[in-house]
Amino acid sequence: MSPVFLAQVIDLLSALVLLLGFGLLAQRRIYALLHLFAWQGLFLAANTAIVAYGAGVRHLYFSALMTLAMKVVLIPYILHVLIRRMKIERDVEAMVNVPLTLLIGIALVVLSYNVMSPIQEFSTLMTRSTLAIALATVMLGLLMMITRRHAVAQVIGFLAMENGLFFAATSATYGMPMVVELGVALDILIAALIFGVFFFQIRTTFESLDLSKMARLKEDVGE
Amino acid sequence: MIFKPELLASPTPIFLATLAVSLWLAGTLLVPVLARRPVWLVRSAFLVATLGSALAAVGGAWAVAAAGAETVVLPVGIPELPFHLRLDPLSGFFLVVIGVLGFFISIYSLGYVRGIAERRPVGGLVFFFLLFLAGMGLVVLADDAFLFLVAWEGMTVSSYFLVVFEHEQTANQKAGFLYLLMAHVGAITILLAFGVMAAFATGLTSFEGYAFDAMRRADVSPGWATAAFLLALFGFGLKAGIVPLHVWLPEAHPVAPSNVSALMSGVMIKTAIYGILRVTFDLLAAIPWWWGALVLALGLVSALMGVLYALMQHDLKRLLAYHSVENIGIILIGIGLGMTFHAFDLPELAALGLIAGLYHTLNHALFKGLLFLGAGAVHHATHTREMEALGGLIHRMPWTAALFLVGCISISALPPFNGFVSEWLTYQAFLLSPSLPSTLLNVLVPIGAAGLALTSALAAACFVKAFGITFLGQPRSRHAQNVSEVGVTMRIGMVGLALACLLLGIFPATMIEWLDAIPREFVGAGIAESASSHGWLWLTPIAPERASYSGTIVFLGIGAIIGLTWFALHGRRHRAPRRGPAWDCGFEKMTPRMQYTATSFSMPIRVFFGALFKIRERSSPMHVHRHAAFPERVSYSLHVEDRFWGWIYKPVSDAVFWISRLTAKIQGGRIQVYLIYSFLTILVLLIFGR
Repeated sequence: MSPVFLAQVIDLLSALVLLLGFGLLAQRRIYALLHLFAWQGLFLAANTAIVAYGAGVRHLYFSALMTLAMKVVLIPYILHVLIRRMKIERDVEAMVNVPLTLLIGIALVVLSYNVMSPIQEFSTLMTRSTLAIALATVMLGLLMMITRRHAVAQVIGFLAMENGLFFAATSATYGMPMVVELGVALDILIAALIFGVFFFQIRTTFESLDLSKMARLKEDVGE
Repeated sequence: MIFKPELLASPTPIFLATLAVSLWLAGTLLVPVLARRPVWLVRSAFLVATLGSALAAVGGAWAVAAAGAETVVLPVGIPELPFHLRLDPLSGFFLVVIGVLGFFISIYSLGYVRGIAERRPVGGLVFFFLLFLAGMGLVVLADDAFLFLVAWEGMTVSSYFLVVFEHEQTANQKAGFLYLLMAHVGAITILLAFGVMAAFATGLTSFEGYAFDAMRRADVSPGWATAAFLLALFGFGLKAGIVPLHVWLPEAHPVAPSNVSALMSGVMIKTAIYGILRVTFDLLAAIPWWWGALVLALGLVSALMGVLYALMQHDLKRLLAYHSVENIGIILIGIGLGMTFHAFDLPELAALGLIAGLYHTLNHALFKGLLFLGAGAVHHATHTREMEALGGLIHRMPWTAALFLVGCISISALPPFNGFVSEWLTYQAFLLSPSLPSTLLNVLVPIGAAGLALTSALAAACFVKAFGITFLGQPRSRHAQNVSEVGVTMRIGMVGLALACLLLGIFPATMIEWLDAIPREFVGAGIAESASSHGWLWLTPIAPERASYSGTIVFLGIGAIIGLTWFALHGRRHRAPRRGPAWDCGFEKMTPRMQYTATSFSMPIRVFFGALFKIRERSSPMHVHRHAAFPERVSYSLHVEDRFWGWIYKPVSDAVFWISRLTAKIQGGRIQVYLIYSFLTILVLLIFGR
């Protein structure tokens, strides 16, 4: 396959990742969120595999496999089980003003392209055009964490951010060293398990997974 | 120090000093080993402390006599900056202060801490006592800012744990917290002062500038030198207890065990004097005259306020703690005069001021140590520090009474003891101030001399009260009845300090010859030649025709008068004195409650200086049956408080709380809000950080 064609495919997959980022931002149903997240992971894994093929970097295949295993299968499965056990399938989250959130998201994407443009000029990698999308994915994940109040949605936002970081590593330097990636993958897995414990704890303490209730933890000073 | 066997055969001063510090540190290991045998722990640990102190004193004295500097670089520390040790006459002198006082206090502690061990576990006390000694030793030995601060903080923290040793008492917790808080503020400004000097030494990119040697070579611009000086003065002043930074001192010193109070008042606050001297005379070296004037003014204020507040106290140890403020003031007066003379390039006079300050440093360590040990003995025997509950102890505790009296005479600056010599030297420095080429100072400095005179008189009044109320008269409560003299080790510790007070009082010329290396190092002149130009018997600080004093002759004279009086009373057997009841004005029903109390004794001064204190006095008649003029009981309460609380500390603490409440508002407690903070930070960095 010609490098130009590969670059086109990479661009397409990155565009899908970004689109899914917006999807995560707008989706209200918990299950649908989980599915969107799994799809994002899938496209990320595919993207990584193609970069590995195009650039001939062998260890990126492992990264792709690991992404597939973790972010498409294992973590969605864990969250799935948690959601079912806690019987929160039908929770529809009240969100603040979806259109406004999406507009902010678009502004973030523009900003990311603006910030990354000097770096893209210097880079010679085939993935250079996706750097801005990676940064935008991180920012969208953070934005999602800010706009959501439900604990599960927060966790998905956090994982989406991690997706963005992984994506950035792939597009900036063809991935981090293997050891680092293994470590990060393990961290994510452990984090998902710990989040599960926390969900139960939060719910028993506050009788809800709505994190705005945690404001009650604050100590009143003085007055 | 890298240990070499041949050093044992021919040791050097710095080897002895480091050995002393190592011994103190090693002694702490005894605590876990002998945790179950407190009696043996106390014996062995304080013997180690005694030995270490003796080594430190010998090493220090030798270093002063040798008049040179020795350095050692230890192979530990942080990268680029291993620990530097240096022993020059100045640090040697302070090592002597630590060693001598540590020696006698450790002997005293053998008995004193054993008494405590009967009531409660003493492992912590022993551990931190040794660590405290080691910290102080390292402070004066350190030759780089890093080791200095490590030792300084070690000293602070260990003394904090000693202050809160009886931690179940609320007063101790409060005092400990206040002490720790203020000590840390002080440590920060000291760190900043060193930072300024290090920046001029090598710039801020390397740690090498933090070695004192680099700071000595640095050429600090006058403005920044002033900043460094003021920061250091603030930081060290906090530790020394300069008014108005003294408020922690009368809280923390009394509540610690008495052997620790003696170390804190006697030695620890002197390390701050060391710090001031080291930074001004050694590291910054170029001294404008107004630094000296500032130190002098602070010294005067501290001396006067210290003694006035001391007069208002009726807790024996609190009274002594306020006297530490006063004496730090007197020391600073000497040093301030020395700095002023030095700035006007009058080396002999600068040497005189410096020697007066240093001499008083050693003297104060000795007599304040002695007084605190005496107060500890009283507390040990009577279980109270409240003077209004004591009285008549001279009959039951003759040793303690006599030794405490020696301390009282010394601190009141009466001959033939040591306090007189150093205050007399300070007056000599004052009287020579007309040679200053500044009219302003010529007018103002004599006022300072008058202030010092007032301080001395008030101090004497205060110790008449302290000794009279505690030891004379009749017991005011059951605390003071049925007490017995303290054990032999405690007495030995106090006797040693009392003898040292006497020796320093009657051989001042010899002492000054020994001390002379320090002004020679820093101001380039000494006073030993003129001071002992008439031999060891006469002290003639500047010129014999100007002023001279012979402690020995005064001592012999006083001894002769006492001997003659005793002979006149007891010498002739057929006219032996007769003991009879005291004349009671025909009242017949004398009770101990009719004696002078500590409060009534100091009343005239309280009324006269009333504006300086915050006094709440209330007396109200109770049980009025027949006529308002004849109440059966009267309730009387008196609270005298430090004005500086309301003037300085209350506004500061209010401001801190106000700022805290304001900043608490951004802590909303909502996760989203915190996330927005990070989000905005990232955005700002992305946009503006390119």
